Amino acid sequence: MHRFLEAFFSPHAFRQVFPDVWNGFQTNIRMMVVAELLVLAFALAIAVVRGLPGRGAWPLRALAVVYTDTFRGTPLILVALMIGLGIPGLGIKGVSDRSNFVYGVAALTLVYTAYVTEVYRAGIESVHGSQRMAARSLGLSYAQALRYVVLPQAVRRVIPPLLNDFVGLQKDTAIISVAGVTEATIQATNFSSSYFNFTGFVVAGVLFIFLTIPLARFTDHLIRERELRERAQAV
Amino acid sequence: MSASAPSFVQLEGVTKRFGDNVVLDRIHLAVDEHNVVCLIGASGSGKSTLLRCVNLLERVDEGRIFFDGRELTNGKVDVNALRRNIGIVFQAYNLFPHMTVLQNVTLAPKKVLGHGRRKADGRARELLRRIGLEEKAEEFPDRLSGGQQQRVAIARALAMDPKLMLLDEITSALDPQLVSEVLSLVRSLTDEFGMTMIIATHEMSFAREVADRVCFLDAGVILEEGPPAQIFSSPKQARTQEFLARVLAAGRL
Ligand SMILES: Nc1ncnc2c1ncn2[C@@H]1O[C@H](COP(=O)(O)OP(=O)(O)O)[C@@H](O)[C@H]1O
Ligand SMILES: [Mg+2]
Repeated sequence: MHRFLEAFFSPHAFRQVFPDVWNGFQTNIRMMVVAELLVLAFALAIAVVRGLPGRGAWPLRALAVVYTDTFRGTPLILVALMIGLGIPGLGIKGVSDRSNFVYGVAALTLVYTAYVTEVYRAGIESVHGSQRMAARSLGLSYAQALRYVVLPQAVRRVIPPLLNDFVGLQKDTAIISVAGVTEATIQATNFSSSYFNFTGFVVAGVLFIFLTIPLARFTDHLIRERELRERAQAV
Repeated sequence: MSASAPSFVQLEGVTKRFGDNVVLDRIHLAVDEHNVVCLIGASGSGKSTLLRCVNLLERVDEGRIFFDGRELTNGKVDVNALRRNIGIVFQAYNLFPHMTVLQNVTLAPKKVLGHGRRKADGRARELLRRIGLEEKAEEFPDRLSGGQQQRVAIARALAMDPKLMLLDEITSALDPQLVSEVLSLVRSLTDEFGMTMIIATHEMSFAREVADRVCFLDAGVILEEGPPAQIFSSPKQARTQEFLARVLAAGRL
């Protein structure tokens, strides 16, 4: 028991490792914020492309489908390794000379955009066609009907599942350690291999939990609020 | 008919199919300016489809449609520009639930006509005052009764200053006691503004009162048309008689 406590919960090791893990964790937060903003924008664009009407748009639609299928199916760790280890070796100017942070964000964005595209798409499809028809019949163009009528309703409906995906993204910033980004997991790993003590992992874990709880509670709150509102409307 | 100048709204041999289902079968219809034409007929007879063809929400398979001196069906018409001039109101209101009443009414004037906020809001409030819902301007649609929502939908269409209004069974989803407030608003459109309208309706006494002409649709064909007095009092076709008898039995005449 004492050995266990000493290995995972050593106060001494805590004092030694905390500053490094905390530093690394700030990189996790930065990756998370940048990736989430990019995901929000790209996923919306791709969801819109997937819904484009007309025969002429089919290559674009097909491309969007191939993209989402590919990156929803590929484990993030593979994408992170491919980009983090593969791209620098290609020697492409402006692409291969970026920091590991950029590669990490790119991997997270590629994978999570595919998930969130599907979330948006479900939201767009949940808006009844009569809404679009009403907008078009007032003279709004396809793009205006989408922008002012369909998307605002769609986005509102998908906020809870979207936040759920973001909880996943926050935790998965730890996987980006394989691309050589000096984040919390790496710091804990380094400490453990030098001192054979795992307190750093516990510290990193607790930090992730503290980061996730508010978002999870907020999501629950939104879902409960919606249920109440819908019940009030049904009466 | 096509030799002379076309009427304000004119359909010539309009045919519409959904797959093998012929929903409109060589429809001829002419509506003069300031006239009201009511479409009656059983559910599924093609009333909604006919209205939707007129503002190009549905593509016509054959035939031609003219509106205000121009052909709509030659593929050269700017549909967004056309729809500014044709208002349509649906059975299910189709208000935008994420916008207030005022925002519903001002969206198209702002985004389509490019009106500034002051102008669009002022005009919308004036319309809302006219339909007696000025104090609901900041409410969301789900706080309004069905009749109020439908009146807002009418105001939303009117805000574009349309030259033609298409009303698609606008009272069918309403509780009976809410029907009259919507119908009296429609009545005021013809009385006060001489609005040209094509109205699909099951309210026979209303049709009798406001229509200049009534068309009975049956399986995609205009089987009989004429002044309301003639259609309702001495229908010639057996199918029209049957339909009116059925409606009468349901207590709606
Ligand atoms: N979008 C559509 N796709 C396929 N069939 C349709 C569509 N809209 C209408 N129909 C069919 O067209 C016929 C006429 O419908 P509609 O115009 O709605 O009649 P009404 O308004 O008189 O009840 C019906 O048989 C209906 O099933
Ligand atoms: Mg109908």
